[in-house]
Amino acid sequence: MTAMSSAVPPLAVVPASPVGKKRAARRVLPGFGLTLGYTVLYLSLIVLIPISALFFKTFTITWEQFWLAISSPRVLASYRLTFGASLIAALVNLVFGLLVAWVLVRYKFPGKKIVDALVDLPFALPTAVAGISLTALLAGNGWVGQYLEPMGIKLAFTPAGVVIALIFIGIPFVVRTVQPVLEDFEKELEEAAASLGATRLQIFIHVILPHIAPALLTGFAMAFARAIGEYGSVIFIAGNMPMVSEITPLIIVGKLEQYDYAGATAVAVVMLLVSFVLLLVINGLQAWQRRNSGAPT
Amino acid sequence: MKQAHTLVASRASGDTLPLDVKEGAELARAAVTEARWVRYALITVALLFILLFLVLPLAAVFTEALRKGLGAYFDALKEPDAWSAIRLTLIAAAIAVPLNLVFGVAAAWAIAKYEFRGKAVLTTLVDLPFSVSPVVAGLIYVLIFGAQGWFGPWLMAHDIKIIFAVPGIVLATVFITFPFIARELIPLMQAQGNDEEQAALVLGATGWQTFWYVTLPNIKWGLIYGVILCNARAMGEFGAVSVVSGHIRGQTNTLPLHVEILYNEYQSVAAFAVASLLAILALVTLVIKSVAEWRHEAEMKAIAALPPERPTA
Repeated sequence: MTAMSSAVPPLAVVPASPVGKKRAARRVLPGFGLTLGYTVLYLSLIVLIPISALFFKTFTITWEQFWLAISSPRVLASYRLTFGASLIAALVNLVFGLLVAWVLVRYKFPGKKIVDALVDLPFALPTAVAGISLTALLAGNGWVGQYLEPMGIKLAFTPAGVVIALIFIGIPFVVRTVQPVLEDFEKELEEAAASLGATRLQIFIHVILPHIAPALLTGFAMAFARAIGEYGSVIFIAGNMPMVSEITPLIIVGKLEQYDYAGATAVAVVMLLVSFVLLLVINGLQAWQRRNSGAPT
Repeated sequence: MKQAHTLVASRASGDTLPLDVKEGAELARAAVTEARWVRYALITVALLFILLFLVLPLAAVFTEALRKGLGAYFDALKEPDAWSAIRLTLIAAAIAVPLNLVFGVAAAWAIAKYEFRGKAVLTTLVDLPFSVSPVVAGLIYVLIFGAQGWFGPWLMAHDIKIIFAVPGIVLATVFITFPFIARELIPLMQAQGNDEEQAALVLGATGWQTFWYVTLPNIKWGLIYGVILCNARAMGEFGAVSVVSGHIRGQTNTLPLHVEILYNEYQSVAAFAVASLLAILALVTLVIKSVAEWRHEAEMKAIAALPPERPTA
């Protein structure tokens, strides 16, 4: 199926497209110029030119200003929180996302379709709503907080609250990347392993896990990337104390509110570069996934 | 395990199944699934996770909103500021979704139907807004259209306001929801290949006819799914819109921003009442999405069951 999509098989019956160029002759379907042209134009206007504005802005600040803005103790503390909390949240989602995907694909239980639909809730629910709702749950008088508080566990308005919010927004990523791969997994391989005497755990670790590893890591990287940029759900629950529970996107907003455009730009460039790197990593993982499932890229 | 072994072996060699087929089938299943208690334990833990992280937050929105009864709930929604926030949210989505729909279809057509140099780069760039922090997305528009931005002085001279006004909010929303529909359509159209479109062209259809009668019916569920997710995100976007909005009550407040203002003013019931509208929107989104998915699966199954030749997709 993917072999079909990667190349247009030359059809002898259909006259070559009116454009006499060599490359175009292979394109049987009309509309290539129009759709590609529009795609590139719209992409440039909405995404590429605005993003390049950010880099041009950095050229107007000196290197020392730039370095000062991105390495002040308060900003460094925000990196630690943002990356640390995102990493923990993505790891939690790695484990539980795999579990949920596994349960949804392999087992039957009442309400399965509802659970399956609910997994996408963090995509559909606005982050601000998630933020105030999680805060209400975890605050001292909330449904969950009232039981945790007497035990000395405080989640709202602490870095731990940031992790909770980031777990919430990252839930769908691992589930939705692993689920289709598990569904397509050939049971014959498991049967073969079982007939050779492997236990369930051995089968899972040596047969199933290697097969789903690329999808698992892709989902993990996506959840991590999303968590790093997340703003709406976190600012309500974090308490936003400088040096303690202030995330990097909030630093940018704070600098903007003080009309420190240069400082905001510098920190934004750092975040943007991290996004680029993560995007490339995710792309690499997806290519690996396609190879792993035996399809040509 | 031993019996399962023989069963698999006998199946492989084409022998007739042992007489106690039922028992054998159970053993075979036992070899490729977990013990009953493991299954139940895994299901329980997964459901607990879903309950704690998804169901509880959703339920909390509605209980907090109704904490002081239905009267207070509807009073919060009747407020003029809430109405202007609803209006602005609808405007932003009504502009952003069609724009990104046209783009999504065009991009998916170009990327899925043709081979060209730089295709991988283009696909990556389409994904870019997904990985950019919403705050950074808002900032880039401030840098272009803000008072100190590229076009700032020119806009000011012509008395056009983009930042801290409605156009800025629309632009930020378009950026944030940029890849949603394209991402949904590209893999779908790649999987379907070009065969049907080529057949239509051979039979004399024009390009538009081919798209309208052949491609569109094939991608309609994916299209609906993409549009509905794009819409949910457009109406719910907070970070990017927050940076460009300027938070002028009754003028540049979208629903999520209105939630924030009310919440920060300790009007908890009102904040959750407005939030409940967005939560209902999310639930409707999930229902439409699920129905679209089920219909798509049913259609796929019907196609797969068609004799005599199964499509390669």
